[in-house]
Amino acid sequence: MLVGLDMGGTHTDAVVIRDAKVWRYTKVLTSPHNFLESIQSALKEVLAGIPLDNIRRVNLSTTVSTNAIVEGKTAPVGLVLEPGPGLNPAFLACGRHNYFLSSAIDHRGRETAPLKEEELREAASAFRQRKIGHLAIVGKFSPRNPAHELAAAEYFKKDFPHLTLGHRLSGRLNFPRRVFSAYFNAAVADTYRSFAQAMMSFCSGNKITAPIYILKADGGTLSLETSREMPIETILSGPAASIMGALALAPTNDDAIILDIGGTTTDIAFLAGGAPLLEPQGAFIAGRPTLVRALLTRSLGLGGDSYTRVEGGGLRLGPQRHGPAMALGGPQPTPTDALLTLERINIGDPEAARRAMKLLGLQLGLGVEDVAEQILRQFACQIAVAVESFLKEINSRPVYTVREVLEDKKINPTHAIAIGAPANALAPYLEETLKLPVKVPELAEIANAVGAALSRVTAEISLQADTEQKVLLVPELGLKETIPASFNLATARGRALNLIRERARQMGAYPEQLEEVEITEEQSFNMVRGFWTSGRNIRLKAQIKPGLETIIRR
Amino acid sequence: MLKAQNRLGLVFFPAFDWAISPTHPEREERLLYTQDQVIEEGLLDIEGIIEYRPRLATTRDVERVHVCVPDVKSRTTESHLIAAGGAMVAAEAVIKGEVDRAFALVRPPGHHAFRIVHGARGFCNINIEAIMLEYIRQQYGPKRVAIVDTDCHHGDGTQDIYWHDKDTLYISIHQDGRTLYPGSGFLHEFGGPNALGYNLNLPLPPGTGEDGFLYALDNFILPVLEEFKPDLIINSAGQDNHYTDPITNMRFSAPGYAKLNDRLKPDIAVLEGGYSIEGALPYTNVGIILAMAGLDYSYVREPDYAPAKVSQPAEITQYIADLCRQALNAWRNREEIAAKLRSGQEKVQRHRRIYYDTEGLLETQTETTLICDACAGLSWIDSCTDQGEHILAVFIPRSSCSRCYEEGYKIFEQTPKQNFTHLYLQDRLKDILLYR
Repeated sequence: MLVGLDMGGTHTDAVVIRDAKVWRYTKVLTSPHNFLESIQSALKEVLAGIPLDNIRRVNLSTTVSTNAIVEGKTAPVGLVLEPGPGLNPAFLACGRHNYFLSSAIDHRGRETAPLKEEELREAASAFRQRKIGHLAIVGKFSPRNPAHELAAAEYFKKDFPHLTLGHRLSGRLNFPRRVFSAYFNAAVADTYRSFAQAMMSFCSGNKITAPIYILKADGGTLSLETSREMPIETILSGPAASIMGALALAPTNDDAIILDIGGTTTDIAFLAGGAPLLEPQGAFIAGRPTLVRALLTRSLGLGGDSYTRVEGGGLRLGPQRHGPAMALGGPQPTPTDALLTLERINIGDPEAARRAMKLLGLQLGLGVEDVAEQILRQFACQIAVAVESFLKEINSRPVYTVREVLEDKKINPTHAIAIGAPANALAPYLEETLKLPVKVPELAEIANAVGAALSRVTAEISLQADTEQKVLLVPELGLKETIPASFNLATARGRALNLIRERARQMGAYPEQLEEVEITEEQSFNMVRGFWTSGRNIRLKAQIKPGLETIIRR
Repeated sequence: MLKAQNRLGLVFFPAFDWAISPTHPEREERLLYTQDQVIEEGLLDIEGIIEYRPRLATTRDVERVHVCVPDVKSRTTESHLIAAGGAMVAAEAVIKGEVDRAFALVRPPGHHAFRIVHGARGFCNINIEAIMLEYIRQQYGPKRVAIVDTDCHHGDGTQDIYWHDKDTLYISIHQDGRTLYPGSGFLHEFGGPNALGYNLNLPLPPGTGEDGFLYALDNFILPVLEEFKPDLIINSAGQDNHYTDPITNMRFSAPGYAKLNDRLKPDIAVLEGGYSIEGALPYTNVGIILAMAGLDYSYVREPDYAPAKVSQPAEITQYIADLCRQALNAWRNREEIAAKLRSGQEKVQRHRRIYYDTEGLLETQTETTLICDACAGLSWIDSCTDQGEHILAVFIPRSSCSRCYEEGYKIFEQTPKQNFTHLYLQDRLKDILLYR
């Protein structure tokens, strides 16, 4: 049995999956002031009477880290930055106190200015004075050579127990994103760790011995244990859980659109050959770009509860929400009222819904049913417009090789999968505006929890080898070793596949996953100095193949 | 987060799977470290910096500028067509108003490619900027354009293409041709009889430092532009004036390139040469991108930057001041000089030998141009190579008057075929290239 739980802003959903079928599910209201309680009550309810020994895993998607950031409940962070030459680094100063080192590393990972102990001393005393306990240490090009970050960490570790090092979070280049990722990681560390601690006590207190995993924004999981070191990875997992759920409930091998239609927003995502697309660089958190791997989604301010009114002689939907539908006692007309008026759903007070339509109808000179019809058509139209512009953006992404320009690969959706409460009722309208078949799977309303239950551990490493400098690096593992001049792409592939297994074990991967690893990117450049080849510059990325534990059988 | 003051379009095409040969300067690795630096700086996350996907230029786009012998397909690879297509995408974004400026960071380069192309010269097969510009003119109407070439090598190809075109002012600053490939680019190369003065060269002495380049900009290029009043400024942004460049002898720097770009304010910049792939390009390109976007570039410098590496002796300072004065004078007296040269003439002829260093091929050209007050004038070139090609190419300009137009067809149709391997007519009014 697999247990999945997704804590959202309004509801917390939990499911138990047995033999590839949704066996039990529950939905409780999320208590805004006590997340832990929401999770615990949903788990107790869904597990009531189940022999706990039969549970293989519990996967949780939480908003603990996201909320800590949104609500500013974060710890003060000291930033130690080594910006080197380039952009004016002032915009990176997001810590309580920020110290800029004058040392530098270049694009090949060579030291171009040495680390100075007096600067570290000065930084440490400034942090102590301001009573800052958490430090994030980030250097430009640290994934190419983490020596300065490591040496600084060595210096700070006795006085500052909570250190986040930039190169350990991701091997990808992008200094500003690395700075923001490290900052957020340090900022939510306390809140997240106390949540993790409470979950562990809850489980042991309730005799849940199955391992606990936490959802990530890339549609994968990592073990609760490991997540304590990289809480930033647990952020924005909600949309990913829904996408993975849609995949489990309506599996496909084609290009497709996924729509998660909620109360306030509609999230849009795409599948390429059945696999969800990733953000090219990483997620945005509180308006700041990061290196956190995330599924590519776009959120549209349009949902069942969107504020619906007449403006400039026409209907306007969203992006605000002014409470629930009038049919459910809300203050303003909403698309949900339109659905109820046309008897496409069966919740709330139909008379109140009709009153909402009448309010709008008077201003437009239309009958109640006609207004409702027009609202739903416009709703579907706005989604189609957003889908089209998002798709255009994805399909015009830059490429860097002749081969890719000639291939001109594009996403070409054959159908849409819609989930969320009003999905079924809106499907015919969406088919018309998207001009594609729209599938609404059974149990679409708990797709998020199903996705949480069936997600598996994901992990990625970046391997770089420079045979001129005879160095091999895997920043995510903190690995640096000497290689012979004969090291080549074939050797690098073998090494990367072994190392991704090591990383997978760290993240808590299941034993069978250790065989499901792959190289996702590889480049090898001859380095020529003068008229001779002086070495090879090899760059590889390897990952555990992402995917689901199983798809849901009917 | 940062926001660009000027919206900047970027086309980045490092062609990671294309090289002239494995150890050639124009190889896969050339823009690798530049890409690393651009990505590590996070420049693509800055609001207002927008990256565009390049596309392939078509045969017609190439034939609008060149006569490729025997045809476009034989003289280009996909990478050339993508470099040209990438520049076209960049320029189009500016013209359509999607961005304020654009920078095409593409390879291979193009400014040594002449109107007639028998092969590769100076790492160039087709002229990226010219293909871009003529595409823009074809799609969006006539434009008065200045091309400012800041590559260390004289852009002899661009000079050749716009030699007769008054609406395209070509200005090149470069290392003196007596000391560097391609050996041309002197003051007296001043434009054809119908466009005299619209081709300006400033051959700088080897060892020119930061001050020298900026002096030439302030005291020659900018005053000329002020008087020419272009609709568009294009910068052929070669980066081989750098003090670490392995194949040149100048002393320019990344902060210098950024300042130059900031003062020149090009609408479109296109990368040309630059072969110090680790020590210069990552920093010069970041500097140019920041300057074009109107962002602070004062933190951009090479790790080994030092004033002594970019300084120049007093004699050079003096030499450059004299040179700028002469060049500016010539520009201001262009009409008198032209009147003298044209008086009593119906046509002019010039004979040239053009060496294709990459292929070891020698071309001999005789170009004849009709003197014309109504248009840029008809030109035809009799060109033969030591590899056995002998062609005649007739060029009817964009602005052609009816006399030049009819004369062009007459020459193309009445020249006996047996003397030539190929006959071509480039008809810019109909936007076609005819073969016989």
